[in-house]
Amino acid sequence: MNPYLVPGLILVVVVTVGIGAYGLRFARTTSDFLVASRAVSPAWNAAAISGEYLSAASFLGVAGLILRYGVDVLWYPVGFAAGYLALLLFVAAPLRRSGAFTLPDFCQVRLSSTALRRLASVFVVFIGCLYLVPQLQGAGLTFTTVTGGSYVWGALLVGVVVTANVALGGMRAITFVQAFQYWLKLTALAVPVIFLVLQWQSDGRPSVAPPAGAVFPAATSVVVEQDATVDGVEVHKGEELYYDEGDRVPQVSTVDAHFGPEWLLPGGERTLFATYSLILATFLGTMGLPHVLVRFYTNPDGASARRTTLVVLALVGLFYLLPTLYGVLGRVYTPQLLMTGHTDAVVLTLPEAALGGGHLGRLLGALVTAGALAAFLSTSSGLLTSVAGVVFTDVLRAGRGGSVRDFRMATLLAAVVPVTLSVYVSNMDVSRVVGLAFAVAASSFCPLLVLGIWWRGLTDLGAAAGILIGGGAAMVAVLITVLGPPLDGWAAQLIGQPAAWTVPLAFLVMVIGSLLTSRRVPHDVGATMLRLHAPESLRI
Amino acid sequence: MGGDGTPERTRVVLGEVAARRRPTDRSHADLAEQTPVGEALVKGLVRAQLSLALRLALVVVTGLGALPMLFVAAPTVGAVKLLGVNLPWLLLGVLSFPFLVGVGWAYVRWAERNEQDFIALIRKPEQ
Repeated sequence: MNPYLVPGLILVVVVTVGIGAYGLRFARTTSDFLVASRAVSPAWNAAAISGEYLSAASFLGVAGLILRYGVDVLWYPVGFAAGYLALLLFVAAPLRRSGAFTLPDFCQVRLSSTALRRLASVFVVFIGCLYLVPQLQGAGLTFTTVTGGSYVWGALLVGVVVTANVALGGMRAITFVQAFQYWLKLTALAVPVIFLVLQWQSDGRPSVAPPAGAVFPAATSVVVEQDATVDGVEVHKGEELYYDEGDRVPQVSTVDAHFGPEWLLPGGERTLFATYSLILATFLGTMGLPHVLVRFYTNPDGASARRTTLVVLALVGLFYLLPTLYGVLGRVYTPQLLMTGHTDAVVLTLPEAALGGGHLGRLLGALVTAGALAAFLSTSSGLLTSVAGVVFTDVLRAGRGGSVRDFRMATLLAAVVPVTLSVYVSNMDVSRVVGLAFAVAASSFCPLLVLGIWWRGLTDLGAAAGILIGGGAAMVAVLITVLGPPLDGWAAQLIGQPAAWTVPLAFLVMVIGSLLTSRRVPHDVGATMLRLHAPESLRI
Repeated sequence: MGGDGTPERTRVVLGEVAARRRPTDRSHADLAEQTPVGEALVKGLVRAQLSLALRLALVVVTGLGALPMLFVAAPTVGAVKLLGVNLPWLLLGVLSFPFLVGVGWAYVRWAERNEQDFIALIRKPEQ
């Protein structure tokens, strides 16, 4: 095993807990725990938001998808970044000015409806869990890939570290933790990629998509984990296949991957529906993710919320330049992943595969693994804080005056279900589930926020109907995809990538429902609009 | 608030408080009392900000959202190479990010200008 690995991982955990404990010295009241007393500067805040946002799906999943499917899945990183532009254009400043800390708070501020608040809480917890489970699973899978240890221990370890950190340090602490982790994640991908590109240059720039198909860069052996056919020949579990340098990489029947021009060129009509569905989900889903919105409360005013979002967009965009390079170079140096299907491991395995097992390769391998750990830790911390915040205010009914001990209790409650699920459900597809969480958020909270901020006519019944029908449809599609049988043809497209129909449905139902119940428009809507849109300097 | 929990001492000067209270500021009062004039002012601001956001969203929809259609309508575009890289890879993997940041930067600039105009309108009514 890589000798730099254990010290590297221990360092990340110790620094994370250390910064969390350091932050604890400043956290005295519940308000400090939840919103850091709003004493966070925009640069720190933007780095923290980015650090929180770049999850396992971004750090490992995007490169893995590109290795597997090629140009078509570049829409994932583009959409993950563009989501912040939609957030900036339609939500950032007014949301900050509303003073809402969570999405349920926004329902209360804008529509003064307790029932809607409860409904929003249910969706926050659902989306939070949907996003948290794959993070912990990713942690478990990385643990298995890198150390050969058991999946359960990896998932449990990250689960316990995150729960302890959030319960003890709260948000003030994790602002600094998250900011540190953004820069760690960027460094962990940026430094190795320099060496990888130099290596690729000195190898004579081997083609990433040779016309005859991908070839093995060195002699490779692959152990068969399940019965399959390899280039039409049947193989059985336990067999070992050997390939020489320069052999063509065969296609395995159990692994879905693209080869040749299919990988290099856009998919055309066949993938058009899925592409647009993905664009809708990611562009509009980001604003509905619970851990993203909580962060806006830490800005002092609406204008700084806008500027923070712009910096986040730049930081996230900078980061997403890198996974593409890993996916593309993985085509040259780790094509065996296309046979095993463990493409998510490309970021972890590429440094050693390309640079050899010497000190440099191992050191960089340890660095990317430390970055992956940071990705699990930061996103799960942020998610857990926001889910715990909702449990704290809406389930325990503690309100803003509740004690710090109540918040710790809420954190424990919020952590139990996802951690338990991640231990028992290990066969869910990580990056797909994350995309589905975006689809649910885009079909429930996006219409609520956009219509709530810009349209006076929104009513509580209309909003509830839109969330129930649009968001509910997306939720059902997600449950069928994750738990149900595999589907074929159009049904598979409609259920597997639901955003293209659930998002317009949610908007439509919300608008029609509000028009039908127009007598229920809150009488103080004018005052609310003034509060959402007028600059703070005019506060009366 | 200081780090140790004690509020910082602030000096209260009566003249400052008196100066801060603007006498007979019609627009300000219109806003506060939700008069039809105040409502119209806020509606104007909301409309200006929304149309700005929608126009920039349209820029992104035509700039990025049309790409999948373009690749279907003209498959040869996908094979065009620039600096040895196929155009779709370059457009999506590299250029889309500075494009998004540029649109965001323009929005922040113009949205703040809208707000400045609104403040100027309230502070200096009937010229």
